[in-house]
Amino acid sequence: MKTEISAPARKAWMSLLAQADEADLSRLWQAFDHNPDFNWLRPPEAGGVMVRGRMGGSGAPFNLGEMTVTRCALTLTDGTVGHAYVQGRSKPKAEIAAKVDALMQTEAAQDLRQAVLDPLQQVQQAQKKARAAKAAATKVEFFTMVRGED
Amino acid sequence: MYVAVKGGERAIDNAHAWLAEERRGDTGVAELSLAQIREQMSLAVNRVMAEGSLYDPDLAALAIKQSRGDLIEAIFLIRAYRTTLPRFGYSEAVDTGVMACDRRISATFKDAPGGQVLGPTFDYTHRLLDFKLAADGETPEAPAAEPRMEVTPHITEFLQGEDIIEREPSSEAVPGDLTREPMSCPAGRAVRLQSLSRGDEGFILGMAYSTQRGYARNHAFVGELRIGKVPVEMEIPELGFAIEIGEVELTECETVNQFKGSKTVPPQFTRGYGLVFGQSERKSIAMALVDRALRWEELGEDNLGAAAQDEEFVLSHSDNIQATGFLEHIKLPHYVDFQSELELVRKLRREAQELAEEMAAREAAE
Repeated sequence: MKTEISAPARKAWMSLLAQADEADLSRLWQAFDHNPDFNWLRPPEAGGVMVRGRMGGSGAPFNLGEMTVTRCALTLTDGTVGHAYVQGRSKPKAEIAAKVDALMQTEAAQDLRQAVLDPLQQVQQAQKKARAAKAAATKVEFFTMVRGED
Repeated sequence: MYVAVKGGERAIDNAHAWLAEERRGDTGVAELSLAQIREQMSLAVNRVMAEGSLYDPDLAALAIKQSRGDLIEAIFLIRAYRTTLPRFGYSEAVDTGVMACDRRISATFKDAPGGQVLGPTFDYTHRLLDFKLAADGETPEAPAAEPRMEVTPHITEFLQGEDIIEREPSSEAVPGDLTREPMSCPAGRAVRLQSLSRGDEGFILGMAYSTQRGYARNHAFVGELRIGKVPVEMEIPELGFAIEIGEVELTECETVNQFKGSKTVPPQFTRGYGLVFGQSERKSIAMALVDRALRWEELGEDNLGAAAQDEEFVLSHSDNIQATGFLEHIKLPHYVDFQSELELVRKLRREAQELAEEMAAREAAE
């Protein structure tokens, strides 16, 4: 059964799935052990997205270069539609991401969040924090040497 | 006259078989995996992504392996591959202000908010060969400190408060895309930046260095250099809202350059900008210097006739795939072209010889 979902919530989990490490996502999905029946609306295909930057970081946009993205769309037997746009060229990753997107719109959402999304988020946050901690250790602490009497 | 020549097929097949064998090298030595290249040759991977203009570390690692470490050949492979990818769309412009900075330094402000964060840099190493790396060895875990999770502000923001540096005019103009339409000059700054970001590092470095040596000098300070990951958002048509489709590592360089002023505007610092895929510090700084040099006209500066001010010259020669394609094609068979030149030279020599003999005979007769 479909439940009402907000765009910001859906954006958050789709963004998390897009950046997830494939091995982590695959392991958590297998452990969730709930593979729904579905039909492809659009089978997985790899493509490119042109990434834009801004002049001076804040000015007019320009095209920087492309990145690889894989997308797909599917429907569950109850008609729920799941979409995925994930970084890289992995079709299995896109398929899992679309299934998670679909199931997050059903009553399975709560269990799925606990089994897949929360652990993924924790892994990502831990990795970010570990890098930030190493960066922090390379921060220069200036001190001034005072020479002479006055 | 056109003469079809066949017979190279077997030689070509055998040459490629030998190439594969040479690529593998001594089979007594373990084969490189793509993961090893991606993780341990990461700056080569970054260069191939930047100049191949496609962010995908696994593909770049494959290209490096296939090209035996010839990075221009690897970039060629990536450029060829990317033409086969359907284009899903354009991202929103990335916000480098929210970058998770691995490195962030300023050569202009010692006490910049967020601090001087050195990151994993070659700077201040002694450039002495480290023979410990020749032996296998475990690397100790790098030290950690209390992480700073809030965003690191751009340094130019502080200068902008005083209006002492030019403002980047905000705009949502759709930028030209040189992968979609051929470049023509004047290209405009958006296309210039796209071209510089994917241009050959050596060429851009040489152009930037020429400005430092006095060919259109623009007195650049590195106002800020930052390296880290930023999320990439794209509007998804099926959903009607934007999601993050991934994250990319970028190197951004903002230069603060010599001021200009006019009768109506007080003197003000000007800016150059570099933004490159991956940890690509040298390239990013060089890009900012060349960007600044190419802005001479909009900033009301004189054309000093310097190469780095010549948009057509810089943009037409910065692409190493175009350059190497044209350069290397001259080694391929040109038998018929050459045959016609050979016949022409023989004819000219024959005529010269006949003329000389005629003159000699005339002199002898006189």
